[in-house]
Amino acid sequence: MTQTLEAAADEQADRTGPPNPAPRVRRWARLEFDNWALLLLPLLGFLTLVFVIPLLLLLSKSFTDPAVGLANYSDILTNPLYLKVLRNTFVTAITVTLVTVVIAFPFAYLMTLATPFWRGVMMIAVLIPFWTSLLVRSFALVLLLRDTGVINTVLDSVGVIDEPIPMLRHLSGVMFGMVQITLPFAVLPLYATMRTIDRRLLLAAESLGARPSVAFWKVFVPLTIPGVFAGLILVFIQALGYYITPALLGGPQNTMIGQLIVEQVSTVLKFGFAAALAVVLLGSTLILLAIASRFVDMKKYLMGSK
Amino acid sequence: MTRTLTRVLLGVIAALTVCYLLLPILIVIPMSFSDSSFLNFPPEGLSGRWYQRLIDDPTWLHSAATSMRVALVSTVCAVVLGVLAALGLVRGRFPFRGGITALILAPVIVPYVIVGLSVYIVFLRIGLTETTLGLVLVHTALAVPYVTINVASGLVSFDRNIELAAQSLGSGPVSTFFRITLPNIAPSVFAGAVFAFVTSWDEVVTAIFLTGPRMTTLPVRIWSGVKVQVDPTVAAISALSLFVILAAFLALGAGKLLQKALRAYRSRNVPNVIGVQA
Repeated sequence: MTQTLEAAADEQADRTGPPNPAPRVRRWARLEFDNWALLLLPLLGFLTLVFVIPLLLLLSKSFTDPAVGLANYSDILTNPLYLKVLRNTFVTAITVTLVTVVIAFPFAYLMTLATPFWRGVMMIAVLIPFWTSLLVRSFALVLLLRDTGVINTVLDSVGVIDEPIPMLRHLSGVMFGMVQITLPFAVLPLYATMRTIDRRLLLAAESLGARPSVAFWKVFVPLTIPGVFAGLILVFIQALGYYITPALLGGPQNTMIGQLIVEQVSTVLKFGFAAALAVVLLGSTLILLAIASRFVDMKKYLMGSK
Repeated sequence: MTRTLTRVLLGVIAALTVCYLLLPILIVIPMSFSDSSFLNFPPEGLSGRWYQRLIDDPTWLHSAATSMRVALVSTVCAVVLGVLAALGLVRGRFPFRGGITALILAPVIVPYVIVGLSVYIVFLRIGLTETTLGLVLVHTALAVPYVTINVASGLVSFDRNIELAAQSLGSGPVSTFFRITLPNIAPSVFAGAVFAFVTSWDEVVTAIFLTGPRMTTLPVRIWSGVKVQVDPTVAAISALSLFVILAAFLALGAGKLLQKALRAYRSRNVPNVIGVQA
């Protein structure tokens, strides 16, 4: 489907119009509002109650709890411990994002080249983890990465290592796990973009004398940029907000902002401070999305093939 | 030559990536049948004792039942709200289309930690923490975008002339919806429902905020189990949780196949009286 949902919807509305266009409907239609639109109200009302209002209260709490003012925010910005968590969150998220997209790119590219059978196999390999429990996958990664885990046992038994490589509670473990979990979010938009690229363009470039590698880098890669960009943003947003995976795989050195939020609520009961951290996290997420949506239609990619 | 080499290299990369994607999930299943009390690899012997232990422990069953209840109710709520909203979104004329779509998609974008914290603060005040209702409300919000988007794309590709035909034959709007529209978009409704179910069944982050000793879901039980120690019981329950998700997707696949078969059957057997192309 090349057109966006919205455009298609508009088109359909224009084509068929409201059923039985009575005069009353026509009057509403002039205000660009009709009876069909009323069907949106239950969901909008519901989301307002359980989503929008709680978020607004969270925002207000960050400025008012325990006292009115900017104390919570200045706490974040002045305490080196919290600054370290913020820096760590962004550094980890950026690294995870880059590694993920670098691994996803050749994989998605190969999906466009593969025979239908192998493409199916690759697609299933992407979709199964996409839809299986994040928690179970993180737990499985613990089983893989432990000192007595699968990777170390296998490496030891084939004689590559004498001592287990410490991965769990280290940055390497967090990276291994987070990339595993975010990989489908990069593969799906990349594949969606690459699939629509006309491969005859490559042939044209080659017939005009470009070597295959030149044709690939100068013709194919630039055309994949919307997909790359969508993948980068989706993975980065995911990575910024993760709680479960870094909490299970990382050590105290790798604390991310999600963990700090939960800790502030569950152990020290500093709701206002946790709210301020959440506002910082949400603000970063929304700013990134706003920037991204200027360049690509994020809505098209957001759902992947979920 | 270099091209062949590149392809071989790409093939190796792809094979490694497939392993990387699937290995963690596949590892859980053999581990859960381990004979020993430690999750060593490879398992020394096979046994079902960890599954037996799950069955014997009523608290696991209880939290699994809670998860199932929350997931089923959330799915129903998400489907009702999502189908209505999809109809409005695709067919309605209204201002701020972009903003409204963004609001409906927002629960997918906002990190679950933030959703969990914000509803926790509100629910704490109105006494909805540690209740099925509280969790259902949040999971419905998290699941509804999947239903709305699936159904909306189903509606876009649905030919509305069939509806107009029904209405010209005297069918009212409600009966048109249930007898014409719904059967036609049923596959996308069903797909949305499966995604909604899986979203709730799996969800742990907001559940960590909203559950407690009085009420716990399966993922939260797994979560607290993993944090304390890496135990074969957790591997067994994780494997079971995976089987539920797998079953949901198998149902989705079976539904699609069934629909195809039905279509083929109908187009073969129904006499084409009015000359409509099937």
